[in-house]
Amino acid sequence: MSVEVEIEGRGGIATEEMTLNMGPQHPSTHGVLRFIVKADGEIMRTAIPDIGYLHRSIEKIAEKVGWHGFMPYTDRVDYVAAMTANQGWAMASEALGGIEVPRRGEYCRVIAAELGRICSHLLAVGAMGMDIGAITPFTHALREREMINDLLEELCGARLTFNYMRIGGVAWDLPPGYRDKVIDFLDHFEPVIHELNDLLSYNKIYVERLANVAPISAEMAISYNLVGPNLRGSGVSYDLRKDRPYSVYGDFEFDVPVGMGEQGTVGDCWDRYIVRMRECLQSCWILRQALDQIPEGPVIAKVPRNFKPKAGDVHVRVESARGDMNWYVAADGSEFPYRVHIHTGSFAAMSIIEEISEGMMIADLVAIIASLDIVAPEVDR
Amino acid sequence: MQEFIDGLIGTTTGMEQHLAYLAGMLVFGAAVVFGFILPIAGVTSWLERRVWARIQSRIGPNRVGPAGFLQWLADGLKNLLKEDVVPDAVDARLFRLAPYVVVTGFVAAFVAVPFAGSLIIADLNIGILYITAVTSLVVVGILMAGWSSNNKWSMLGGIRSATQIVSYEIPAGLAIFPAVLLSGTLSMQGIIESQGWEPWNWHMFHSPFALAAFLLFFVSTLAEGNRTPFDLPEAESELVAGFATEYSGMRSLLFFLAEWGNLYLIGALVATLYLGGWQVPDFTRSTFLLAVAQFGTFFLKAYFFVFVAMWIRATLPRVRVDQLMSLCWKYMVPIGLVSVIGTASVMVAFPEGNMTMRMAMTGLVGLLIVRFFLRVRYHLRRSKGVGFQPTGSVAQG
Repeated sequence: MSVEVEIEGRGGIATEEMTLNMGPQHPSTHGVLRFIVKADGEIMRTAIPDIGYLHRSIEKIAEKVGWHGFMPYTDRVDYVAAMTANQGWAMASEALGGIEVPRRGEYCRVIAAELGRICSHLLAVGAMGMDIGAITPFTHALREREMINDLLEELCGARLTFNYMRIGGVAWDLPPGYRDKVIDFLDHFEPVIHELNDLLSYNKIYVERLANVAPISAEMAISYNLVGPNLRGSGVSYDLRKDRPYSVYGDFEFDVPVGMGEQGTVGDCWDRYIVRMRECLQSCWILRQALDQIPEGPVIAKVPRNFKPKAGDVHVRVESARGDMNWYVAADGSEFPYRVHIHTGSFAAMSIIEEISEGMMIADLVAIIASLDIVAPEVDR
Repeated sequence: MQEFIDGLIGTTTGMEQHLAYLAGMLVFGAAVVFGFILPIAGVTSWLERRVWARIQSRIGPNRVGPAGFLQWLADGLKNLLKEDVVPDAVDARLFRLAPYVVVTGFVAAFVAVPFAGSLIIADLNIGILYITAVTSLVVVGILMAGWSSNNKWSMLGGIRSATQIVSYEIPAGLAIFPAVLLSGTLSMQGIIESQGWEPWNWHMFHSPFALAAFLLFFVSTLAEGNRTPFDLPEAESELVAGFATEYSGMRSLLFFLAEWGNLYLIGALVATLYLGGWQVPDFTRSTFLLAVAQFGTFFLKAYFFVFVAMWIRATLPRVRVDQLMSLCWKYMVPIGLVSVIGTASVMVAFPEGNMTMRMAMTGLVGLLIVRFFLRVRYHLRRSKGVGFQPTGSVAQG
């Protein structure tokens, strides 16, 4: 990429822009992202995102490994919230194959996905505190995340890349006593959210660093196709679980937190942050309802090992922790998918950075990346 | 010192005497640096890691020595044995020199730190002025490191550090004035001797203005020492490692040594200026016992502030550059000016001192401390209400 250097005279002293390479190895780019920052001292002129460092051609792999075999790869699309990616693939395949998932299976999926969402949001808010310079909230958030990892490990044997869902349902039923363990955890976890709020969210310095920083208006968010908490942070109440309920989300009662500009402008970094905090509580609520209402029965439908859906294509959307995750899957009637395309929230979030980072300080770029909760593997896939 | 060397070499004069003084000073200086200042910096590093770990519900270093106490020695040894990497593109001479300048700046300041009534290397009559002057050497070293590294992040870190330290020297300097006014001297021992051992006789509680100056001094020295929330020069989430990015091995450790040593220096200065330094009641006739008690008191007071600085670092986020500057120039400098003029006015209004005001200030701070502990107890009880034991294998312990 060619970089033009502007030289301007200021009181007789020639100054020029400094080009900084932020990443791909940088402590706060959350994986391997790269930004070409053109800065005038501490103030950025532009920050141009450069993606592709974590590209693993997951979509192409799908065309070679078959319908069942692709499930473990979907974990790697977004390894911070792998459950929802699992669910997206399972739902796309089921829609193509016309498979009905048993009710209990759907409930298991919701329970796993919501636990995963809390996990992902905890990592996001903890890492955001870390990026702003507060090191303690990160360990506290990860301590809670560890407990969820334990719960998920009990459920499916893995702590990060779960491979829990199957086409037609889930791999394993809830283990005995699982309901009580999750309820115990929720009882413990809900006050912890308030503790984290006391420690971090309403801290004066933290608010000063985030409020009014890089506000994204609702129109701008929509025009850049921001999704999930980033969109809701801009004050747009849009949540697939509420507005286009999939799975059994229609059965549950929950609120969709939106950014209200409590500390500054609507859609600033603090709004995007607090939306994630509040979503954790909503997920807790959904979990409680799901655990109470879960019906008896099988967890997986009968799906042939040699699963060959009819030719056709399908577009499936799931609400991942980073927002609307779109799966476009085309089948040609063979045992391999013809084409898979995944559109993720981080990719859209990445594209808005160039515009909103103009005229910000370098320290703000870190806050912007963290508040948009960009996870590098999800950008490149 | 002079008398001690005189006793050792008898009565020589001229060149030999000067050489003997010089040699004595060097030996004594080296002994102090290696026997006291470096261990203090090292122990502070261990303490910082333990305190952080406790606050973050981790364990921290616990392998080398009891409770990991010797970790700092192990780390120092490891870093000494590492290869001294000087990257190709750096300005090698400046690059090599920079850590020494930083360390010199902070070690030289210890010359005038009064550890006890009889325990000070040199009771300079401009003691506090000397310390402010000599610690400014640190910024030169950091700027050298940032510039010579030939790395844009390092340079940003170095320049941030320079702007920060130069700006915050003004409120720090202003906050020293009330103590100097109250003591009528710049000598460190003189400042301590003008205070009593009782809390209400400390300069801190002289008047609301002195109390403000005390807080101002602590905050601005934190900024001068590049501590959170003002640790912008080495903000790891923004500037990788700031001015120290290209450094490795012992040279990198020297920067951290200076930082931790500086932390103790901050505590020592606050204790000297506003907390009565080594003042203890006259409980014994033995000068040795008295010196030990004085040393212990001073050490505890200084380490209390070291602990507070660690605590702040573990809990607070970092401010942004423009916020840092506006905090300095819009709030701290005016507060500093008001506290100087206010203290002087109070001194004029009550030439004999005002015991009521002193007692009221002491009581106020005491009440704040009591309220703090009550709040901590409330929060502890609230978070103890619900218990959850992790079920899996990893989260236990």
